[in-house]
Amino acid sequence: MNESIPHDRVQETAHPLAPEGLAAPELPALPEKMSVRDLDFFYGDSRALKKVCVPLFDRKVTAFIGPSGCGKSTLLRVLNRMYDLYPGQHAEGQVLLDGENVLDPKLDLNALRARVGMVFQKPTPFPMTIYENIAFGVRLYEKIGKADMDERVEKALRGAAIWDEVKDKLNASGLSLSGGQQQRLCIARTVAIQPEVILFDEPCSALDPISTAKVEELIDELRQEYTIAIVTHNMQQAVRVSQYTAFMYLGEMVEFGETSQMFQAPKESRTQDYITGRFG
Amino acid sequence: MSLAATRKARSALAMGACIGSAALGLLALALILGALLWNGFTSLNLAVFTQNTPPPGATGGLLNAIVGSLIMTVLGVALGAPLGLFAGTYMAEYGRHAKLTMVVRFINDILLSAPSIVIGLFVYEITVVRIGHFSAIAGALSLALLVVPVVVRTTEDMLNLVPGGLREASIALGLPRALIIRHIAYKAARSGLITGLLLAVARVSGETAPLLFTALNNQFFSANLNAPMASLPVVIFQFALSPYKDWQNLAWAGALLITTAVLALSVTARILGAQKTMK
Repeated sequence: MNESIPHDRVQETAHPLAPEGLAAPELPALPEKMSVRDLDFFYGDSRALKKVCVPLFDRKVTAFIGPSGCGKSTLLRVLNRMYDLYPGQHAEGQVLLDGENVLDPKLDLNALRARVGMVFQKPTPFPMTIYENIAFGVRLYEKIGKADMDERVEKALRGAAIWDEVKDKLNASGLSLSGGQQQRLCIARTVAIQPEVILFDEPCSALDPISTAKVEELIDELRQEYTIAIVTHNMQQAVRVSQYTAFMYLGEMVEFGETSQMFQAPKESRTQDYITGRFG
Repeated sequence: MSLAATRKARSALAMGACIGSAALGLLALALILGALLWNGFTSLNLAVFTQNTPPPGATGGLLNAIVGSLIMTVLGVALGAPLGLFAGTYMAEYGRHAKLTMVVRFINDILLSAPSIVIGLFVYEITVVRIGHFSAIAGALSLALLVVPVVVRTTEDMLNLVPGGLREASIALGLPRALIIRHIAYKAARSGLITGLLLAVARVSGETAPLLFTALNNQFFSANLNAPMASLPVVIFQFALSPYKDWQNLAWAGALLITTAVLALSVTARILGAQKTMK
């Protein structure tokens, strides 16, 4: 699923975290949908992210790997300001979405979250019908008639590769689906409100291999329209779905680069150790 | 004695104590229910539901007390439940990490364990004394004060049981707080919330002390909220202590009615609660 990457480009993208920062002249001119710059994150007094810099390139899949507790999920939860729910957590630095700082305290959070959607580790269907699970979010942003809504629901469910499985029981409870179906329903729900970025936080860790394959295929398709970040513990998954990979360790961004380069010839010895299974 | 044998003996001892205690409790319950069923059913007849409380020596029923209990319970729950629901919602949703929530929870726990007679006296002071006479509305008010802490507690607990993931998922969609609470949290916690409400009804429908000081009693049928009103617990209290056999029989019938109603509510609450855990 990776794009074939010419060798010289691998070389070019090998230094995105060089001391000069992201503006290093040798970077290819890929548009950055989101850019994380010098991000520090604190749970109370403990610092979970240390001067993290990373780009999310437009319509690419960026995988975040690293051992448990390295800050991958924390980073993801900064991108849509999810941490705002919990007192005592705060972020410093910059997170740009199309050049606008997401960390701005005056930002309309609901508007941000409509643009930056999130899919969680555990499937979380709402306690309502399959149809309503999708329509509920859409209704919030658009006033559309029944026929248009039917169309939107179908499009979202088709987009999440679950339409054929649920088209005859749209009025059944979302909770009646299997785990893998529930997760795809959640993806459909996220896609339905037409975000620009989708964050996946270990979306397959609660799923069986067949459902995992379906979700991975789906992520690969979604990349045509959306910028995607995915946190995963599964190295093969990172290789299968992503074009760029970021390796994090103890709150630091150790290495970022094209996925094929990261897994074939990582520059950092810590990355090498992790992907070959020496720790983590 | 070997280690294993000692352990076995200790286990048997503990097990015996547990079974003995359980049996003792069940025996007491069986005796009470047995006496109630026996005396209640022998006193139960159509007149109980169709006639008002009689003077001693005359035939009569409990119609005014049944209706009075229904009116005051419904009114008390109607007054108290929304207040409790809103307070519990604040505590679990908006003010989950707020100091005010801790203060409210503490005070609510005190209110929850306050003797109902104290509540009755309080309402007596602020209504009956001011107005100058006993009234059904004062009775309903004191029942409402008993409903509030029960509903606050169950609402907060049940909303806290709604998985954090569900709430986060809703927030990640950009849904505003009020919508999440109304359409997702309440829905996910629905059976628990209803259970809490039923438990509150069960709790107040057997209360006597607060009504003695507020609604008092009424020999006659009355639906006037500004006048004293009869209720089953107060009538039972009065009739059971009387020397007249026919009054005592009516008290048994009333006790059976209340117990059956409360039991039915509790069982319904249990079934609803079990449904929640099965999902």
